[in-house]
Amino acid sequence: MNPAIEAPTIEYGTLAPLLIIFGAACIGVLVEAFAPRYLRKSIHVPLTLLSLAGAFALVLVQTVRGQISTTASAMGAVAVDGPSLFIWGVILVLSFVCVLLINDEGHFVASAAAVPGSADEEEAEAHDNGTGHTEVYPLVLFAVGGMLLFPAAHDLLMMFVALEVMSLPLYLLCGLARRRRLLSQEASMKYFLLGAFSSAFFLYGTAMIYGFAGTVSLPGINKALASGNTLDPLLLIGFALLGVGLLFKIGAAPFQAWKPDVYQGAPTPITALMASGTLVAAVGAVLRVFWVGLGNLDWEWRPVIWGVAALTMIVGSILAITQTEIKRMLAYSSIAHAGFLLVGVMATYGSAQQNAGSLKAILFYLAVYGITTVGAFAVLTLVRDPGGEAGHLSRWAGLGKRAPVLSGVFAFFLLAFAGIPLTSGFFGKYAVFAAALNSGTQPGDSMGGWMAGLVVVGVVASAIAAFFYVRVIVLMFFSEPAADGPAIAAPSMGTVAVIAVSLLVTVGVGLYPESVLGVANDAASSLFIR
Amino acid sequence: MSPWLPILMAVPVVGAIVVALLPKGSDKLAKQVALLVSLLVLVLTGVVAAGFKPSGERFQFVAEYNWIPSFGVKFGVGVDGVALVLIALSAVLVPIVILASWHDADGVKTADGTLITPKRSVKTYFSLLLVLEAMMIGVFAATDIFLFYVFFEAMLIPMYFMIGSYGGAQRSYAAVKFLLYSLFGGLLMLVAVIGLYFVAGKQTFMFPELVGAIQDPVTQKWLFAGFFIAFAIKAPLWPVHTWLPDAAAQAPAGAAVLLVGVLDKVGTFGMLRFCLELFPDAAKAFTMPIVVLAVISIIYGAIVAIGQTDMKRLIAYTSISHFGFIVLGVFAMSSVAQSGAALYMVNHGFATGALFLAAGFLIARRGSPFIADYGGVQKVAPLLAGFFLVAGLAGLSLPGLSSFVSEFMVMIGTYSSQAHGSGALTVAAIISAVAVILAAVYILWMVQRTMNGPTAEPVKAFKDLNAREVWVLAPLVALIIGFGFFPKPLLDVINPSVQQTLTNVKVPTSTIAEKGTGQ
Repeated sequence: MNPAIEAPTIEYGTLAPLLIIFGAACIGVLVEAFAPRYLRKSIHVPLTLLSLAGAFALVLVQTVRGQISTTASAMGAVAVDGPSLFIWGVILVLSFVCVLLINDEGHFVASAAAVPGSADEEEAEAHDNGTGHTEVYPLVLFAVGGMLLFPAAHDLLMMFVALEVMSLPLYLLCGLARRRRLLSQEASMKYFLLGAFSSAFFLYGTAMIYGFAGTVSLPGINKALASGNTLDPLLLIGFALLGVGLLFKIGAAPFQAWKPDVYQGAPTPITALMASGTLVAAVGAVLRVFWVGLGNLDWEWRPVIWGVAALTMIVGSILAITQTEIKRMLAYSSIAHAGFLLVGVMATYGSAQQNAGSLKAILFYLAVYGITTVGAFAVLTLVRDPGGEAGHLSRWAGLGKRAPVLSGVFAFFLLAFAGIPLTSGFFGKYAVFAAALNSGTQPGDSMGGWMAGLVVVGVVASAIAAFFYVRVIVLMFFSEPAADGPAIAAPSMGTVAVIAVSLLVTVGVGLYPESVLGVANDAASSLFIR
Repeated sequence: MSPWLPILMAVPVVGAIVVALLPKGSDKLAKQVALLVSLLVLVLTGVVAAGFKPSGERFQFVAEYNWIPSFGVKFGVGVDGVALVLIALSAVLVPIVILASWHDADGVKTADGTLITPKRSVKTYFSLLLVLEAMMIGVFAATDIFLFYVFFEAMLIPMYFMIGSYGGAQRSYAAVKFLLYSLFGGLLMLVAVIGLYFVAGKQTFMFPELVGAIQDPVTQKWLFAGFFIAFAIKAPLWPVHTWLPDAAAQAPAGAAVLLVGVLDKVGTFGMLRFCLELFPDAAKAFTMPIVVLAVISIIYGAIVAIGQTDMKRLIAYTSISHFGFIVLGVFAMSSVAQSGAALYMVNHGFATGALFLAAGFLIARRGSPFIADYGGVQKVAPLLAGFFLVAGLAGLSLPGLSSFVSEFMVMIGTYSSQAHGSGALTVAAIISAVAVILAAVYILWMVQRTMNGPTAEPVKAFKDLNAREVWVLAPLVALIIGFGFFPKPLLDVINPSVQQTLTNVKVPTSTIAEKGTGQ
C-alpha cells in the first residue's frame, strides 16, 4: 500500500506579504483582460499602491509583534527571518515610490508593437490619452513579487524561480520607453539575452551543486560542505557558475556590461526600480547564498569576492568618469556601489555578533542607497529636452541658475552618493568599511591584512567617484547656462512626493542615522535562518 | 555638562537657515542678519573664553550626548587651551570677513567699470559663511574623533561652493582641486579612524579615552600615517600643497581668509592633538622625515613666493612657508616650540587675514590680482597702503608684531630641542632661519612694487579705504600689534594644554623643565 501523501504545510500568515503582491498582480492581469480601456488605469493605480502598502503593513506587523519565525516556511522553501523582513520592507517602500513615478504621464510608449517612426506609432500616440500600456502595473507587481522572494528563497530552485519572476517583467518593461524607442528596445534585448545567459549559469551551477550535496536546500548544502570534500570539482564548478549568475544581477565586474545600456534605455521610472529594488533583492540573495549556503566554504569564496569587489569598485568609478550621459553615469555609480556592498558581504569572519554587525551595515547601506537612488532618478525625469529627458551632461550646464531648488536637491543626492558626512550615504559607506575592518581585526582571520587593503581600495575608489559626482555639481552651479537649455517640467504631485521623501530620508538619516540603524540592528541581530 | 559649546554651534546654524529663508530681494537684510549673528557668536565665545580656567581640567565646557549608539559615536565636545584660541580666532575672523565681503556677491565693479565678478545670490553666500562658522567651531570643539572627522569633511562643502560659485575666472578648477585633495586625505583618515576604533577595542571614539590605547608600534605607525597624510594635505605641507595657491587665488578674498586662516589650521591642530597624543611612538619615529618636509616647505614656499606675479598666490605661498614653521614647531617635541606653534596658528590667522583682505581691497579697485598692474598706491590711498604695509610686516614677522613672538619661539624651541638626538633639530632651525630673510624679500618687494614708485595711470582713480573697510582692517591690526607686545594672555591659555600633550607623548620631562614656559 502506498503511504499517504502528506499535504504541504504553508504558513500563510508569515508569507502574507508575498501572497498579497502576487495576488494583486494576478488581479491586475484580469483587469487587463476584462476591464474597459478607459477604466483600467483608475483601477490599476489604487490596486497597485494599496497592495504594496498592505504588504508593507503586514511586514511591519510581523516585525512589531516580534514573532519572527526561526525555521523556514513553506516546507523549507522560503525563509522569512529578520533580514528578509527588513529587505522586504525596503523593497516595498522603494517600489511604492517608484510606482508613483511610473504613474506620471509620458514615460511609456503608446503602442509597444508599433514600429518606431511608423504611421502606426503616430496614430497610437494621437489616440493615447495616458491610458496606453496599463500592463505596466501588473508587470511591476510581478517584478516586485520576484524581488521579495529572491532574497528570502531558502533553496536554490526557489531562488531560481524568484530570479525569473523578477527578471522577465523587467526585460519587458525596459523596452517600453516612449522616447528614443530604438535605444529602449536595444536595452531590452541586451538585458534579456545577457540575463538569460546568467540565469542559465545559475541553473547549471545549481545542478552541479546538487550533484555534490544531493540537495538544493541552502542549509543542506552547508551541511554537506562541513563533512564533504571541499575540493570536489563538482562543487567548485557549481560554486563558480552560481556566483556568475548572482553577481550578474548585482552588476559586479566583470559582469557589469549590461548596466549602463539598460539603465540608459529603460524608461527612467523603471531604471529607478531596477537601480534600487533589484539591487537590494540581489544583494540579499547574494548574502543568503554565500553566508548560509556556502558559509563553510568561506576559505574558497572570500578571496574570490575580494577580487570581484576590488575590481567592481575600481571599474565602476573609473569608467563613470568618462561618461557623458547622466543615466549611464549613474549606472556606473551603481556598479561602484555594488562593489562597496560586496566589501560588506566579505566581512563575515568570527563570532555571530561580528556577523550580525556586518549584516546590519549592509542592510543599512541598502536602505539608504536605495532611497537616494530613487530620488536622483526622479529628478532626472523632470529635466527635459524637446526629444525627451535631457540626458547629455552638457545640457545640465548652468541648471543651478534656472532651477536652484531642483539642482540643489540633486546636488545633495550626488553628495550622498559620494559619501560626504552629514548625508545618509556617508554612514552607509562608513558602516560597510567599519564592518570589513572589524572582520579583519578578528583573531585568526587569515584575510586580516587583505581586508584593510580592500578598505583602502574602497576609499581610493570613493575619492575617484567623488570626482564625477562633483563634476555634475560644477556643471550645474559653476557653469554658465546654455542658451537653449532644457526645460524643467512642472512636477506632478507624485514626483514631488518621491523627491521630498528621498530628500527627507537622505538628510534625516545623515543627521541622525540611529533611526534606521536601530531597525537594521534589530533585523540583523537574529542573522539568517540556517 | 555645559550647554555653551552646543549653543555656540547652533547659533550660526540657525542664523544660516534664517538668512537662507529670507524672501527674495532682501539682500541687505541678509547681510545685516549674518553680521549680527556672527557678532553674537563672538560675544558668546568671549563668555566661554572668560569662563575658561587655564589651570583647571584639560577639557572644559564638556558636553556629551549619545548620537549613534550603534557605532559608539557620541556628540562629544569640549575645549582645551589650543582649541579655545582657535575657536576664538574663527569667531573673530567671521564678522570681519562678513564685513569685508559686503559687496562681493553683488557683482564687483572696478573704478573704471570693468566687472570682476557677476552678481550672485547674496543670501546663499552669507548663509554658507555661517554654516562654515558652525563647522569651524565644531571641528575644534569635538572631543569625539568621529565627530571631528564629520566636521573635517563636511566643512569642505560650504567652502567648495564659496570658491566655485563666487571665485575668480578659474574658480571651478580650483574648487574641484581643493575638494578632491581634501576628500582623498580625509578618506585615508577615515580608514585610520575606523582602525583606531577596532584596534583600541574600547567601543568609543572619545579622544580622552583613546589616548594611550594603542600600544603596538607597527599599528601606531599605520594609523599615524592615515591621520598625518590627511592633516598634511590640509595644512598643507610640501609636496601636497599644490591645491592651496589655486584655491586661495580663486576664492573671494573673504573666503580665502577663512580657508588659509582657519580651515588649514585644522591640519596643524590635528597633528598636535591627534597625531602626537594618540600615536606618540610613531610620532617620535617619524619626527625626522616630517621635520625635513617642514623645512622644505618653509624654504620652498618662501622662494616660490618671491617669484609670484599674482598677489593672492604670493600670499598663499607665504602661508605654505608659515605652515612649515608650525609643523616644525609641533614636531620639535619641546614645550617652547609647541607653544610657539600653537601661538603661530592664531597669529598667522590674523596676519594673513589682514594681508589677504588688504590685497582684496586693492584688487577690488583695479580688477587685477597682478602686482605689475599697480604702483604708487601710497600717494592716492595712504590709508590702504599703510594697512597693507603693517599686514605685510606681520607676515614677515617683524619684532613688535605678533607673528614675531611665535616664529621666534618655534625657532628657539627647535634649536634647543633634544628630542631627536643632539643637533639634528638644531640644523633644521638654522636652515629655516634663512626663510626670515626670504620673507623680507617677498613682502617688501611686493609692497614696493605696488605701493611705492610712480603712480600708475589707472591707480590715480583709486579711492582710499571707506569706513567699512577701515572697520575690517583696524581690529586685525590692533590684534597684531597688541599680541605682538603682550602675548601672555594667549600663552597662558595655550601652555597648560601643550604641557599635557607633551606628557601624553612622554617626552622626557627634563626637556620641558629646562626650557620653562617661553615667555
